[in-house]
Amino acid sequence: MYAKKLRRDAYLFFIPGFLFVCWFIVYPLVQNFLYSFYDFRLTRLSDKTFIGLDNYHAIFHEKLLWISLRNLLYYGLLTVPGQMVLGFLAAYALYRSFPGVKFFRAVYFVPVVTSWVVASLVFKFIFTDRGFLNYLLTDKLHWTSAPVSWLSTPFLALTVLALLGIWKGIGWVMVLYLAALQNVPQSLYDAAKVDGAGAWQRLVHITIPSVRQTSSFIQVMLIIGSFNVFTSVMLMTGGGPLHETEVLLSWMYNKAFKHYDLGYAAALAYLFALPIAVLNWLQMRRDKESD
Amino acid sequence: MSARLSRVSIGIALFIGAAISLYPLFFMLSTSLQPNAVILEYPPRLWPSEPTWDHYWEAWNSQQFGRSLLNSAFVTVAAFFALFALSSMLAFAYSRFEFRGKRISWLVLMACLTIPVMTLIIPQFVMIRDMGLYDSYWALVLVYTASGIPFTTFLLKGFFDSISREIDESVFMDGGSSRLLFLRIVMPLSKPAFVPAIIFNALYIWEEFPWALTIINDPAKRTLPVALANFQGQYTTQWGVVFAGSLLALLPILVLFLFLQRYLIRGMTAGAVKG
Repeated sequence: MYAKKLRRDAYLFFIPGFLFVCWFIVYPLVQNFLYSFYDFRLTRLSDKTFIGLDNYHAIFHEKLLWISLRNLLYYGLLTVPGQMVLGFLAAYALYRSFPGVKFFRAVYFVPVVTSWVVASLVFKFIFTDRGFLNYLLTDKLHWTSAPVSWLSTPFLALTVLALLGIWKGIGWVMVLYLAALQNVPQSLYDAAKVDGAGAWQRLVHITIPSVRQTSSFIQVMLIIGSFNVFTSVMLMTGGGPLHETEVLLSWMYNKAFKHYDLGYAAALAYLFALPIAVLNWLQMRRDKESD
Repeated sequence: MSARLSRVSIGIALFIGAAISLYPLFFMLSTSLQPNAVILEYPPRLWPSEPTWDHYWEAWNSQQFGRSLLNSAFVTVAAFFALFALSSMLAFAYSRFEFRGKRISWLVLMACLTIPVMTLIIPQFVMIRDMGLYDSYWALVLVYTASGIPFTTFLLKGFFDSISREIDESVFMDGGSSRLLFLRIVMPLSKPAFVPAIIFNALYIWEEFPWALTIINDPAKRTLPVALANFQGQYTTQWGVVFAGSLLALLPILVLFLFLQRYLIRGMTAGAVKG
């Protein structure tokens, strides 16, 4: 009787939250999958036609697919290791207490608190043609003979976007590593010192392996994050010039809400979200097994 | 000698890092304090020679800014209530009970954690529209709440698990209910775990841009990020006002963070994220 009552309680606690997630996340996920097989327009929502794999077919014949894939890859290759390495170094320098440590921890977290919109606007301002950076490089240091068009040169624009991503993400990675580093038992370090291990050896053989699980969690989150890049692209380059800085989400967004092609955009969303979900899933399982 | 040298170089590196972290903010502040004529001058000036608060008054008094500040505050508070009520109950269920579907539903929840939120924007848009909630605060509150649940539940469950189960038994022995256990014992003991959850969700909701941009049409219902992005489009050259508005928008979240940051790392150390 007691157990039965508890089981009833369990559902009282469980159902509201889970139902909510099913309603607004799981159900849309299924819907998205279905939409991707339809000719489905924002301009006539009540009338959609089944067209099988046509949307997917169209996507694979679109040059933008390779451009946005290339851009995402470049962005990810810069931002994921960039944030991890710098975030770890910041945490490693700041996890023991010394005078001023709280100041640095807070300061390094400030970019995280700055919103994507605000950060994008500032970076845009700094990197404009007549902005401060060009003034510094051209008129002060004379490193460049003419102002650099940072945001209208695709490769440079993507690099600036990645710099923004790194700048904004370091603090977050740092906080996760700070928490992890504080859980590494001091006795491990003491033992290593007795054995004559130097600072570098302690870092490589004790610290890094001890926070392996956190590293793996951070990596998963950062990969998702790099696929999620959108606001900065929209506000700083708008995907231009000539779609050269388009990424998955800006492309998808424009397809859906500028060209009103919801079916096509849904197929795009699926095509990209699925491999990411699978990748992360595999990684999480691997972590679980190696525990 | 070499230890001292490395300490000095670490110190220098830390200061350079701090300068880079704060530089854009400093830039915003200095630009927002300069009159328009000076901002447009070339070479640009880094230090405001004749500082003025005009842009702050202009941003504050412009109708859309004050309004959007209120909108953001309202949406954030409403979503917070729903989000924390639902997530903490859900986390409690996973931490304390055995029930049918527990394992599979947990897997579903964790799968939701790995889906980039924005890929759901199309079906969510259609659904919200069908519900007649397009261009309403509800559209924002409902979706923000749902999007925050998986991660918040994950964080809280990790902490709830670390609270001894012997307490449960003594509560039940004394004839207490699971509601009592939840409200009077587990929740109060879990205060540290709420700090990272509050910070992450406040950041997410306060600064969310794509969904608010898509689902809100009425300028009077815009949230801050959309209003700011719009500011930039509207006053193409008026960077002073844009940055004054940006700093005003940043202020509440910065205060919240400075207030809570002391507890942030403690909350995470104790919680789900372990080395």
